[in-house]
Amino acid sequence: MSDTSNPIEALAAHHDSPGEPFYPKFATSPKLIKEAKKLVALYPEGKAQSAVLPIIHLVQKQFGFISDESQQWIAEMCKSSVIHVAGVVSFYPGIHRKCPGKNHVRVCRTLSCALGGGEEMFALLCDKMGIDTKSMSDDEPVGISADGIWSIEAVECLANCGFGPNVMVNDKLYSQVGEAKIDEIIAAHSN
Amino acid sequence: MSTTSTILPKDEAAAQGELNVQINGTWHRFAPGTRIADACNTVGAHVPCFCYHPKLAIAGSCRMCLVEQGMPPRLAPGQEPSYDAQGYQPLQWMPRAIIACANTVSENMGIRTTGNITAEARRGVLEFLLSNHPLDCPICDQAGECKLQEYSSDYGSGTSRFQEEKTKKGKNIDLGPRVNLDQERCVLCHRCVRFMRDIVGEEVLGAVGRGSNCAISCYPGLKLDSNYSLNTVDLCPVGALTSKDFRFKMRVWFLKSTPSIDVNCGTGSNISIWSREQEIYRLTPRQNDQVNSCWMPDSHRLNYKYINAEERILNPTVRTDIGAPQRESTWDACLKLSAEQLQKCEASKTAIIVSARMTNEELYLVRALAKQLGIKEIASVSRKGKSDGMLISADGNPNTTGEQMIIAEKATALEGICSGIKSGRITALLALGEDITAEAGLSADNIKNLDYLLTLAHSKNGTTELADVTLPGVTFAEKYGTMINVTGRIQRLNQAIEPIGNSRDDWSILRDLIILLGSEDEKLAALKSARDLVTIMADEFAAMAGLTWGSIGNDGKAIISTGVTIPLIEREQASK
Ligand code: SF4
Ligand code: SF4
Repeated sequence: MSDTSNPIEALAAHHDSPGEPFYPKFATSPKLIKEAKKLVALYPEGKAQSAVLPIIHLVQKQFGFISDESQQWIAEMCKSSVIHVAGVVSFYPGIHRKCPGKNHVRVCRTLSCALGGGEEMFALLCDKMGIDTKSMSDDEPVGISADGIWSIEAVECLANCGFGPNVMVNDKLYSQVGEAKIDEIIAAHSN
Repeated sequence: MSTTSTILPKDEAAAQGELNVQINGTWHRFAPGTRIADACNTVGAHVPCFCYHPKLAIAGSCRMCLVEQGMPPRLAPGQEPSYDAQGYQPLQWMPRAIIACANTVSENMGIRTTGNITAEARRGVLEFLLSNHPLDCPICDQAGECKLQEYSSDYGSGTSRFQEEKTKKGKNIDLGPRVNLDQERCVLCHRCVRFMRDIVGEEVLGAVGRGSNCAISCYPGLKLDSNYSLNTVDLCPVGALTSKDFRFKMRVWFLKSTPSIDVNCGTGSNISIWSREQEIYRLTPRQNDQVNSCWMPDSHRLNYKYINAEERILNPTVRTDIGAPQRESTWDACLKLSAEQLQKCEASKTAIIVSARMTNEELYLVRALAKQLGIKEIASVSRKGKSDGMLISADGNPNTTGEQMIIAEKATALEGICSGIKSGRITALLALGEDITAEAGLSADNIKNLDYLLTLAHSKNGTTELADVTLPGVTFAEKYGTMINVTGRIQRLNQAIEPIGNSRDDWSILRDLIILLGSEDEKLAALKSARDLVTIMADEFAAMAGLTWGSIGNDGKAIISTGVTIPLIEREQASK
């Protein structure tokens, strides 16, 4: 058989995460199916596959990440194939194959934020949230704290370049983040 | 020059429904809708492509086919177009290259496949492809028929500027029962993905990951196990997908390819037989848009092992007395003995079972043999199955149409012969090209009823075990001949290897027997090859009128209309 570990298996493998207790386990419901069908209906007849990406977002929002079962379900909803869905999921780093923490923090690492000290903020945030920076790599871009409350990820742009460093917690954007602001941010999301 | 009095080339071309296109300085005409890549290739201006395949949806992803394009200048309002001495508008060349696969030709278009822009574009594409490529051609099974290797030598730079570490991906991945994947050698042309999705309709392959980590994969739990999976190996321009059956068996440059046809069903898919010396290493499909497009089923492709198998009969065998053991003999002695024995058989008590797996030429000689012996009862074994809706025909015999044309047996003939054998009405049988213990419905005990059994076979089987005389013929790879497929198309088999051992081409065995039995047909006696029989048969059968071996060609000729179609070809033509 294979000489090296088979990268194919990784496409469906489950990655344990301390964030899992904070999200519901993936399950379909009439409501979810209805929402997905609504997304499919936005595209012309026979082009259901176009809805793959919006449905991925829908699932990620509710369940935190895209599991093996959800890939299968998305393929079914979009009359597509599971390998196509896996292709889309693995293409975008913003789509998670592993459950993030209760609060997901995105830190911009692109030019103007980096010049403003984004990198230091990233390290500082990890430190305060109890995330081991060494646990992150190209293959594992998301770091998660042991208690599952926090997860962090470096992103390319948060569309607010004039006011870096930018940090986004869940859907809330914080700009001109310095050391003092970090404590505020953490406090605001800690309860 | 004055353009009002003469006809412009554009009008002349339009009148014939064509377009003028200048390729590397020379004007040519093409039908509208022709892809630039195809147009260039047909006039000898080679355009290298990885992802483009004429039978698959356009991907336009590899960028290898970049060419320079020129068009006539846009006219200002009121401005009249200008024409050169030949009547063409001047060309303005675009400063960047375009891809030749996804664009079609248009009137007064100019294409340049040589020059700095294309040379630089090709060199650049190859540099990117090679940056993460393993570059271990000496141990790669594709070497010698690899597009990346070819193009690198034709258009690449010869040196590498890549100092970084190459990306690691999966090696030797078991994609399916017959196909192996090396993700590092893949150039991500997506041909395999498109083939499985669009032609087979099983979307099991896809590309996952991004950038230099992008790789072809199945989803876990799914396998590339379609009966058409090996076509992806043919399509793969590099050594990423390889056939488990063929890989590492032989370097392709040692192989000789012989055009022939598949004999596993009535479709008669066109194939190439790849051999070295006396051994067959693989079969691959050969393009024929009327028969098999560019594909063939795996089950047929891999059914060649019997050619070089132990079971082949290498010498004629005879039984000199009833109950005596079979022993090997020489051709002269064996044929002489057979003729003597056959002459002793009473014609009314003798029957022939022929095979619709035989070529037209062999069947023609079987008919002549029957006539020579005065045998009236002759039948073949039919193999009706189910079509797979792609290329496998419901008819398991490759030459039913030819058999019907030549032998024209009665529909119930086989049952008559079988019951005759069981009842003892028939005492002698010639089983030619069929194992009558297999599909004819006769048991070994039934056969023991016979006083005399002569068989023509290439491999040992139930019949040869019981036969009084076994004449070793050859397999499809060792002979010339023609067959007519289910659609009524006559096609040629070509000899790839010499007959194995002391076996002999079936037609010559039959011919010699007919002559030994006293035929005075001079044409038969003078025959040197089965190929010449085509001309003789052309005089006799209306459907073959005017045909010669040469005129049939490698693509065959439709000669009979049977009304039967090949599902995959139907679909392909409907989608045009
Ligand atoms: S895929 Fe082609 S270029 Fe790559 S190692 Fe094999 S033969 Fe060489
Ligand atoms: S495996 Fe071969 S056919 Fe498939 S994308 Fe890669 S290079 Fe192309």
